[in-house]
Amino acid sequence: MTPNLARLGELVVGDAQADRVVPPTGFTAQLTLFSAAAMAFLAVFALALSLATGRLADRWGDELARSSTVRISAPEGQLAAQTDAALKLLNSTRGVAEARALNTDEQRALLEPWFGPDLPVETLPIPQLIEVIEDAEGFDPQGLRLRLSAEVPGAVLDDHTRWRRPLTDAAGRLRLLGWVSLSLIGAATAAMITLAANAALAANAQVISVLRLVGARDAYIARAFVRRFTLRALTGAAVGMVLGCAAILLLPSAQAEGGFLTGLGFQGWHWVWPLLIPPLAATVAFAATRAAAIKTLKDMP
Amino acid sequence: MIELDNVAYSYGGGELLSDVSLQLQPGSFHFLTGPSGAGKTTLLKLFYGALLPTAGDVRLFGTDVRGMDRDDIAMTRRRIGVVHQDCQFLDHLSVSDNIALPLMVSGRDLLTEGANLKELTTWVGLKSRAGARPPELSGGERQRAALARAIIMSPDVVLADEPTGNVDWDMSQRLLRLLVELNRMGKTIMIATHDLALIRAAKAHVQARVLRISNRRLHFAGADL
Repeated sequence: MTPNLARLGELVVGDAQADRVVPPTGFTAQLTLFSAAAMAFLAVFALALSLATGRLADRWGDELARSSTVRISAPEGQLAAQTDAALKLLNSTRGVAEARALNTDEQRALLEPWFGPDLPVETLPIPQLIEVIEDAEGFDPQGLRLRLSAEVPGAVLDDHTRWRRPLTDAAGRLRLLGWVSLSLIGAATAAMITLAANAALAANAQVISVLRLVGARDAYIARAFVRRFTLRALTGAAVGMVLGCAAILLLPSAQAEGGFLTGLGFQGWHWVWPLLIPPLAATVAFAATRAAAIKTLKDMP
Repeated sequence: MIELDNVAYSYGGGELLSDVSLQLQPGSFHFLTGPSGAGKTTLLKLFYGALLPTAGDVRLFGTDVRGMDRDDIAMTRRRIGVVHQDCQFLDHLSVSDNIALPLMVSGRDLLTEGANLKELTTWVGLKSRAGARPPELSGGERQRAALARAIIMSPDVVLADEPTGNVDWDMSQRLLRLLVELNRMGKTIMIATHDLALIRAAKAHVQARVLRISNRRLHFAGADL
């Protein structure tokens, strides 16, 4: 066991006698509890954001990577023949699981956001779209383009690369933002607990003086403060985590129109992640208070 | 046991103590006297490592205090009981817990030490006040509680800084008797006081060495006290 883990172990086991030497109350107790609870609450949301955007990036990546579109632009009279030729070619292409020409209703639905319902697509010179679904292996887009240009001159393959990349990049950055937020929350928690610990140490200068007078080692004095702050941070973070999870559960379920907010929260085993927040907060508090206590005791005459 | 060799101590640009040499032998009894501000408390603090000399050497139980780290000083203080004039208690703990504080910080189990604690509390006459908080005690009770705390670890040396400063004559005699009794148990006692009547009263019961600080130097007082 490493020395720090051993110290953490001693901290958990505790020393009922040592716990009593530091006065039990003070504003720093409430400050630490509140800070830890607030930060844990925010951490739950940052975690939910990270995980949701991660899922979104994966979903966009997977779905868009598996589908492509072939657009047939041909003079009237040749459109159906070129569509058939393209479908035949696609269905014989290795890596293509399914190729299907969109019907009139589907094409109308695609244009509806811009032209409204009841658009007479049959009378308009719009290209025919073929949806191509890849199998697990996927096809070679470069080879398919060459074959299409040779056999179906009006066909253009769009494998969505151009617009898939910015979307997955955006989702990836949102995920990164979530993790950065979590790191900042951790750092802010450490800073606040350090301030509270310093205030507590300063307020208890007389206690420290008495303890030293009767032969207390600095490690003993530091441990009494560290244990108290660590347990406060653990308790506060547990409360904040429970409130955060409750708030996530109470979020209204977004519809498809909800954009990226759809699915904000935890799914399946991801609910384990928030449970890690209180022990992590306690670890941060342990490290921050210990560093503050050692420094303060070293500086005290 | 405790040795000072040509010790000087300066503070704020001025020299408080100069060329102080002294050895505290086991079982000896000392009074340290001198006018207020002469440096009695400073000298006591040098005895238990709360201050470092600016010149000369202080050896606590054979070890130069300059070579000691914080842990060494802490361990040494378990062998030196200190009674301050202002006592310095932890007000959130009971009198009994305050007396037991040296046991707590040294990791002793209070349950197994319970009998000793009770006996000591009775010995200093605080049995009925064991559950009280320090602010509820009178001046004399505080001094006796501080004395009990100072000796609960059975230290080799007891240093008392003006232990009778805030108590009446009867109580000061009672405290003195306790300190004399400790000396008879083999403890080295050093009492800093400006109360010459106390010193004269003590001389009837114990062979005490009287030291006086004047003009920054330590002198041995003779039979004039």
